[in-house]
Amino acid sequence: MFEVVEHPLDLARLVAAVGRADAGAIATFLGTTREHNAGRRVTRLEYEAYPEMAIREMRRIGQQALERFGAKAVAIAHRVGVVEIGEASVAIAVSAAHRDAAFAGCRFAIDRLKEIVPIWKKEHYVGGEIWIGPQRGGPPDSISIT
Amino acid sequence: MMRVRLRFFAAVRERVRAAEATRELAGPTTVEALWDQIRREYPSLGELRGAVAFALNQEYVDSKTMVQDNDEVAFIPPVSGGSSRHQDV
Repeated sequence: MFEVVEHPLDLARLVAAVGRADAGAIATFLGTTREHNAGRRVTRLEYEAYPEMAIREMRRIGQQALERFGAKAVAIAHRVGVVEIGEASVAIAVSAAHRDAAFAGCRFAIDRLKEIVPIWKKEHYVGGEIWIGPQRGGPPDSISIT
Repeated sequence: MMRVRLRFFAAVRERVRAAEATRELAGPTTVEALWDQIRREYPSLGELRGAVAFALNQEYVDSKTMVQDNDEVAFIPPVSGGSSRHQDV
Protein backbone atom coordinates (compact mmCIF):
# COMPACT_ATOMS: atom_id res chain seq x y z
CA MET A 1 0.00 0.00 0.00
CA PHE A 2 1.58 3.23 -1.16
CA GLU A 3 -0.42 6.42 -0.91
CA VAL A 4 -0.30 10.18 -1.14
CA VAL A 5 -3.38 11.50 0.65
CA GLU A 6 -4.94 14.80 1.65
CA HIS A 7 -6.52 13.56 4.89
CA PRO A 8 -5.06 12.62 8.31
CA LEU A 9 -3.03 9.40 8.29
CA ASP A 10 -4.35 6.21 9.86
CA LEU A 11 -1.47 4.01 11.01
CA ALA A 12 -3.83 1.12 11.79
CA ARG A 13 -4.67 0.81 8.08
CA LEU A 14 -1.00 0.47 7.20
CA VAL A 15 -0.43 -2.10 9.95
CA ALA A 16 -3.39 -4.10 8.66
CA ALA A 17 -2.02 -3.89 5.12
CA VAL A 18 1.36 -5.44 6.02
CA GLY A 19 0.10 -8.19 8.33
CA ARG A 20 1.22 -11.67 7.23
CA ALA A 21 0.83 -15.11 8.77
CA ASP A 22 4.59 -15.59 8.52
CA ALA A 23 5.49 -12.20 10.00
CA GLY A 24 6.52 -12.11 13.65
CA ALA A 25 7.13 -8.37 13.75
CA ILE A 26 5.69 -5.14 12.38
CA ALA A 27 7.75 -1.97 12.83
CA THR A 28 6.04 1.37 12.31
CA PHE A 29 7.19 4.95 11.94
CA LEU A 30 5.21 8.17 12.20
CA GLY A 31 6.80 11.47 11.25
CA THR A 32 5.11 14.38 12.99
CA THR A 33 5.43 18.11 12.52
CA ARG A 34 7.45 20.05 15.05
CA GLU A 35 6.80 23.49 16.42
CA HIS A 36 10.33 24.89 16.33
CA ASN A 37 12.94 24.69 13.61
CA ALA A 38 16.23 26.55 13.25
CA GLY A 39 15.13 29.09 15.82
CA ARG A 40 11.83 29.78 14.05
CA ARG A 41 8.43 29.19 15.58
CA VAL A 42 6.55 27.15 13.02
CA THR A 43 2.84 27.80 12.67
CA ARG A 44 2.04 25.09 10.12
CA LEU A 45 3.59 22.96 7.44
CA GLU A 46 2.36 22.46 3.93
CA TYR A 47 3.35 19.47 1.83
CA GLU A 48 3.21 19.19 -1.95
CA ALA A 49 3.86 16.06 -4.02
CA TYR A 50 4.39 14.93 -7.57
CA PRO A 51 1.89 12.21 -6.73
CA GLU A 52 2.28 9.77 -9.64
CA MET A 53 6.06 9.78 -9.32
CA ALA A 54 6.03 9.79 -5.51
CA ILE A 55 3.98 6.59 -5.48
CA ARG A 56 6.33 4.97 -7.99
CA GLU A 57 9.33 5.84 -5.84
CA MET A 58 7.60 4.63 -2.67
CA ARG A 59 6.82 1.33 -4.38
CA ARG A 60 10.48 1.03 -5.40
CA ILE A 61 11.60 1.70 -1.81
CA GLY A 62 9.19 -0.98 -0.61
CA GLN A 63 10.61 -3.48 -3.08
CA GLN A 64 14.16 -2.64 -1.98
CA ALA A 65 13.20 -3.16 1.67
CA LEU A 66 11.95 -6.63 0.77
CA GLU A 67 15.10 -7.49 -1.15
CA ARG A 68 17.71 -5.96 1.15
CA PHE A 69 16.27 -6.67 4.57
CA GLY A 70 14.01 -9.61 3.96
CA ALA A 71 10.91 -7.66 4.92
CA LYS A 72 7.58 -9.36 4.14
CA ALA A 73 5.53 -6.30 3.25
CA VAL A 74 5.84 -2.50 3.28
CA ALA A 75 3.20 0.22 3.42
CA ILE A 76 3.93 3.95 3.11
CA ALA A 77 1.48 6.85 3.24
CA HIS A 78 2.40 10.53 2.95
CA ARG A 79 0.08 13.40 3.58
CA VAL A 80 -0.08 16.53 1.41
CA GLY A 81 -1.66 19.91 1.98
CA VAL A 82 -1.63 21.76 5.31
CA VAL A 83 -0.53 19.67 8.29
CA GLU A 84 -0.96 21.25 11.69
CA ILE A 85 1.74 21.08 14.36
CA GLY A 86 1.88 17.69 16.07
CA GLU A 87 0.10 15.83 13.29
CA ALA A 88 1.64 13.04 11.22
CA SER A 89 2.92 13.83 7.74
CA VAL A 90 4.27 10.37 6.95
CA ALA A 91 3.45 6.84 8.13
CA ILE A 92 5.33 3.63 7.42
CA ALA A 93 4.70 0.00 8.42
CA VAL A 94 7.08 -2.86 7.66
CA SER A 95 6.45 -6.50 8.49
CA ALA A 96 9.13 -9.19 8.70
CA ALA A 97 9.70 -12.62 10.20
CA HIS A 98 11.73 -11.09 13.03
CA ARG A 99 12.11 -7.65 14.61
CA ASP A 100 15.61 -6.87 13.35
CA ALA A 101 14.51 -6.99 9.73
CA ALA A 102 11.35 -5.03 10.50
CA PHE A 103 13.26 -2.23 12.25
CA ALA A 104 15.97 -2.14 9.58
CA GLY A 105 13.44 -2.08 6.74
CA CYS A 106 11.44 0.68 8.40
CA ARG A 107 14.54 2.79 9.02
CA PHE A 108 15.65 2.30 5.44
CA ALA A 109 12.21 3.28 4.11
CA ILE A 110 12.00 6.62 5.93
CA ASP A 111 15.62 7.55 5.20
CA ARG A 112 15.28 6.74 1.51
CA LEU A 113 11.91 8.48 1.28
CA LYS A 114 13.44 11.70 2.52
CA GLU A 115 16.23 11.44 -0.03
CA ILE A 116 14.39 10.71 -3.24
CA VAL A 117 10.59 10.78 -3.08
CA PRO A 118 9.36 13.96 -4.83
CA ILE A 119 7.52 15.57 -1.94
CA TRP A 120 8.23 19.09 -0.72
CA LYS A 121 7.60 20.85 2.55
CA LYS A 122 6.91 24.52 3.03
CA GLU A 123 7.35 25.81 6.53
CA HIS A 124 5.14 28.71 7.56
CA TYR A 125 6.68 30.41 10.55
CA VAL A 126 6.21 33.60 12.49
CA GLY A 127 7.51 36.22 10.06
CA GLY A 128 7.64 34.31 6.79
CA GLU A 129 7.61 31.07 4.85
CA ILE A 130 10.31 28.88 3.37
CA TRP A 131 10.62 25.74 1.23
CA ILE A 132 12.75 23.25 3.14
CA GLY A 133 15.47 21.24 1.42
CA PRO A 134 17.72 19.53 0.67
CA GLN A 135 17.85 17.23 3.66
CA ARG A 136 21.41 16.13 3.08
CA GLY A 137 24.64 17.91 2.37
CA GLY A 138 25.85 21.31 3.40
CA PRO A 139 24.39 24.72 2.71
CA PRO A 140 22.31 25.86 0.96
CA ASP A 141 19.82 24.05 3.13
CA SER A 142 16.76 25.89 1.97
CA ILE A 143 15.18 27.85 -0.80
CA SER A 144 14.06 31.19 0.50
CA ILE A 145 10.94 32.53 -1.11
CA THR A 146 10.19 35.41 1.22
CA MET B 1 7.97 19.24 -34.17
CA MET B 2 7.71 17.72 -30.71
CA ARG B 3 5.30 18.51 -27.97
CA VAL B 4 6.23 18.00 -24.32
CA ARG B 5 4.33 18.42 -21.09
CA LEU B 6 6.14 20.21 -18.26
CA ARG B 7 5.35 19.80 -14.54
CA PHE B 8 6.37 22.37 -11.93
CA PHE B 9 6.46 21.89 -8.17
CA ALA B 10 7.12 23.76 -4.94
CA ALA B 11 9.42 26.78 -5.34
CA VAL B 12 9.63 26.25 -9.10
CA ARG B 13 5.83 26.15 -9.42
CA GLU B 14 5.47 29.36 -7.42
CA ARG B 15 7.96 31.22 -9.57
CA VAL B 16 6.51 29.98 -12.86
CA ARG B 17 3.02 30.63 -11.47
CA ALA B 18 1.74 27.40 -13.02
CA ALA B 19 1.70 23.71 -12.10
CA GLU B 20 2.13 22.60 -15.70
CA ALA B 21 2.69 23.81 -19.23
CA THR B 22 3.31 22.47 -22.72
CA ARG B 23 6.07 23.47 -25.11
CA GLU B 24 6.66 22.80 -28.79
CA LEU B 25 10.27 21.88 -29.52
CA ALA B 26 11.78 22.37 -32.97
CA GLY B 27 14.62 19.87 -32.59
CA PRO B 28 16.40 17.37 -30.34
CA THR B 29 16.66 18.71 -26.80
CA THR B 30 17.99 17.45 -23.48
CA VAL B 31 16.06 17.90 -20.24
CA GLU B 32 18.81 20.27 -19.10
CA ALA B 33 18.48 22.43 -22.23
CA LEU B 34 14.74 22.53 -21.66
CA TRP B 35 15.34 23.74 -18.10
CA ASP B 36 17.71 26.42 -19.41
CA GLN B 37 14.97 27.55 -21.80
CA ILE B 38 12.43 27.76 -18.97
CA ARG B 39 14.88 29.70 -16.82
CA ARG B 40 15.29 32.25 -19.62
CA GLU B 41 11.51 32.59 -19.78
CA TYR B 42 11.26 33.04 -16.00
CA PRO B 43 14.31 34.95 -14.74
CA SER B 44 13.17 34.64 -11.11
CA LEU B 45 14.04 30.93 -11.31
CA GLY B 46 17.67 31.98 -11.46
CA GLU B 47 17.51 33.02 -7.83
CA LEU B 48 16.71 29.49 -6.65
CA ARG B 49 19.45 28.07 -4.47
CA GLY B 50 20.33 24.45 -5.04
CA ALA B 51 20.13 22.48 -8.25
CA VAL B 52 17.03 20.84 -9.67
CA ALA B 53 16.90 17.18 -10.60
CA PHE B 54 15.17 15.99 -13.75
CA ALA B 55 12.38 13.47 -14.19
CA LEU B 56 11.25 12.11 -17.54
CA ASN B 57 7.93 10.32 -17.59
CA GLN B 58 8.03 10.11 -13.78
CA GLU B 59 11.50 8.59 -13.50
CA TYR B 60 14.69 10.38 -12.47
CA VAL B 61 17.02 10.84 -15.44
CA ASP B 62 20.45 12.26 -16.17
CA SER B 63 20.57 15.90 -17.26
CA LYS B 64 21.74 14.90 -20.76
CA THR B 65 18.73 12.66 -21.44
CA MET B 66 16.96 13.51 -24.70
CA VAL B 67 13.31 14.47 -24.70
CA GLN B 68 10.92 12.64 -27.05
CA ASP B 69 7.54 13.65 -28.44
CA ASN B 70 4.73 13.50 -25.84
CA ASP B 71 7.15 13.13 -22.93
CA GLU B 72 6.38 14.51 -19.49
CA VAL B 73 9.30 16.45 -18.02
CA ALA B 74 9.45 17.57 -14.39
CA PHE B 75 12.00 19.82 -12.72
CA ILE B 76 12.50 18.52 -9.19
CA PRO B 77 13.70 21.01 -6.55
CA PRO B 78 15.45 19.49 -3.51
CA VAL B 79 12.91 17.15 -1.89
CA SER B 80 11.91 17.44 1.75
CA GLY B 81 9.19 14.95 2.51
CA GLY B 82 8.96 12.95 5.67
CA SER B 83 8.85 14.23 9.22
CA SER B 84 10.19 17.48 10.59
CA ARG B 85 13.78 16.35 10.76
CA HIS B 86 14.72 19.70 9.27
CA GLN B 87 18.33 19.95 10.32
CA ASP B 88 20.28 16.85 9.45
CA VAL B 89 23.73 18.39 9.65
